[in-house]
Amino acid sequence: MSLRIVVCVKYVPDATGDRHFADDLTLDRDDVDGLLSELDEYAVEQALQIAGEADDAEITVLTVGPEDAKDALRKALSMGADKAVHVEDDDLHGTDVIGTSLVLAKAIEKTGYDLVIAGMASTDGTMGVLPALLAERLGVPQVTLLSEVSVDGGTVKGRRDGDSASEQLEASLPAVVSVTDQSGEARYPSFKGIMAAKKKPVESLDLEDLEIEADEVGLGGSWTAVDSAAERPARTAGTIVKDEGEGGKQLAEFLAGQKFI
Amino acid sequence: MAEVLVYVDHVDGAVRKPTLELLTLARRIGEPVALALGNGAADTAAALAEHGAVKVLTADAPEFADYLVVPKVDALQAAYDAVSPAAVLLPSSAEAKEIAARLALRIGSGIITDAVDLEAGDSGPVATQSAFAASYTTKSRVSKGTPVITVKPNSVAVEAAPAAGAVEALTVSFSATATGTKVLSRTPRESTGRPELTEAAIVVSGGRGVNGAENFGIIEALADSLGAAVGASRAAVDAGWYPHTNQVGQTGKSVSPQLYIASGISGAIQHRAGMQTSKTIVAVNKDAEAPIFDLVDYGVVGDLFDVVPQLTDEVKTRKG
Repeated sequence: MSLRIVVCVKYVPDATGDRHFADDLTLDRDDVDGLLSELDEYAVEQALQIAGEADDAEITVLTVGPEDAKDALRKALSMGADKAVHVEDDDLHGTDVIGTSLVLAKAIEKTGYDLVIAGMASTDGTMGVLPALLAERLGVPQVTLLSEVSVDGGTVKGRRDGDSASEQLEASLPAVVSVTDQSGEARYPSFKGIMAAKKKPVESLDLEDLEIEADEVGLGGSWTAVDSAAERPARTAGTIVKDEGEGGKQLAEFLAGQKFI
Repeated sequence: MAEVLVYVDHVDGAVRKPTLELLTLARRIGEPVALALGNGAADTAAALAEHGAVKVLTADAPEFADYLVVPKVDALQAAYDAVSPAAVLLPSSAEAKEIAARLALRIGSGIITDAVDLEAGDSGPVATQSAFAASYTTKSRVSKGTPVITVKPNSVAVEAAPAAGAVEALTVSFSATATGTKVLSRTPRESTGRPELTEAAIVVSGGRGVNGAENFGIIEALADSLGAAVGASRAAVDAGWYPHTNQVGQTGKSVSPQLYIASGISGAIQHRAGMQTSKTIVAVNKDAEAPIFDLVDYGVVGDLFDVVPQLTDEVKTRKG
């Protein structure tokens, strides 16, 4: 029986670029390039490894985002995913995490799944709550923040390294998994992979296809409101000294003046 | 006065500092009612009362330890139903954020994570967050339902405010999905005796310039002289010089201490994303052009192998 894996990925602004808010206090996408979130590359990698161990598996990579978000899907396809689903709709602009989890959950159900894999967080919003929200919406186990994951038959196992303990987890499929950047280095797409990705199917869905009303998502349907966004004033230039033998002592003097010692 | 539900993070009854910070913030918007779960839950009451909890709800059952996250969501929902609070506050730990998210969905509310400050507003609590590697500060609120907000450690100075802290046992019935993810085993992390990285008031971090696992001893020695936690940049972690659990940065942990000391760290954007909200930033680096110097309150251009041990000795001397 085929193992159906859906990998949720996000198209995020490049963190090394100059990120700004637009007038409506959403991300200004015109000013900065986007790319597949680095933390989602680990999710694609684990999907590929799990599929490699299974008798028969199919990996669908799924994203919600504007036209350009197809770039993130293409990257995942060039790494080796089989097909892609792109949810795009003008009414999605400004959707918050609760709304996004609704759209993803509906798309996952429509696609069909045994295993959902996501990165531990996006590298832009960095909330880290989406996998838990998906598990809650889908009514399946969450096996999240794994630094090691494996699937055997109908069971997923993994290791979750928390602040105070390391836990071995187990759940029956279907399930939602998220993986950390410790799960294993993500592969680079090969030339062959990049060429093959161009021919792989990308299905486009809109809100109507998912039976979601426009007022359930977007800025208007958002469950939170950003009232203001202020650029942080540049730090006033600090004191910089060159070590000429007393650098450590000078630093101690500064720390003592700030009452840290 | 409206009640505010506070989810307690504790280890066998010992309340962790971020929860005391939550109680301090909760008092700005109402009367804190605390929820403590699991082994030692009732033992948290004295510390919680001392910091303003008017009531402490407790529940213990094997489910909290044997299954992941969902039993705690069930308990928080039971507390929510019992209290009908004006807001629900949780610490911004990985697990508490997951609990918060699932609760928000169940009660039809919006969620804000990683707030660094919280005030009462005309239409509910207003949360301050930092965005885009701390280059922006935003003010947000939950616009639907009861605000569910997680707050980063070190967001506020803990203030004591004695209150009744009456302990009440909470009845929890577990949902069908509570037993979905089994915890087969749990290995406690070996304690280094140092503060937890994300909660520490002072963090001392080492990067590429430390140049080897064996040299991290000088970073640790400085940390110990200051009672600080030890952090590491991704370069140092990827090189295998220090454990990943100590990684500060975009794909590691986000820290916001009173003092951050970066040693041998150039300050790539990915690292800055994880430490830029630190109150005071200090760096030691050989390269005068390193971007970290754009962030510092005080920087020393020099060899960390000279500067850091000298600083450690000086701290020890001054502390007597």
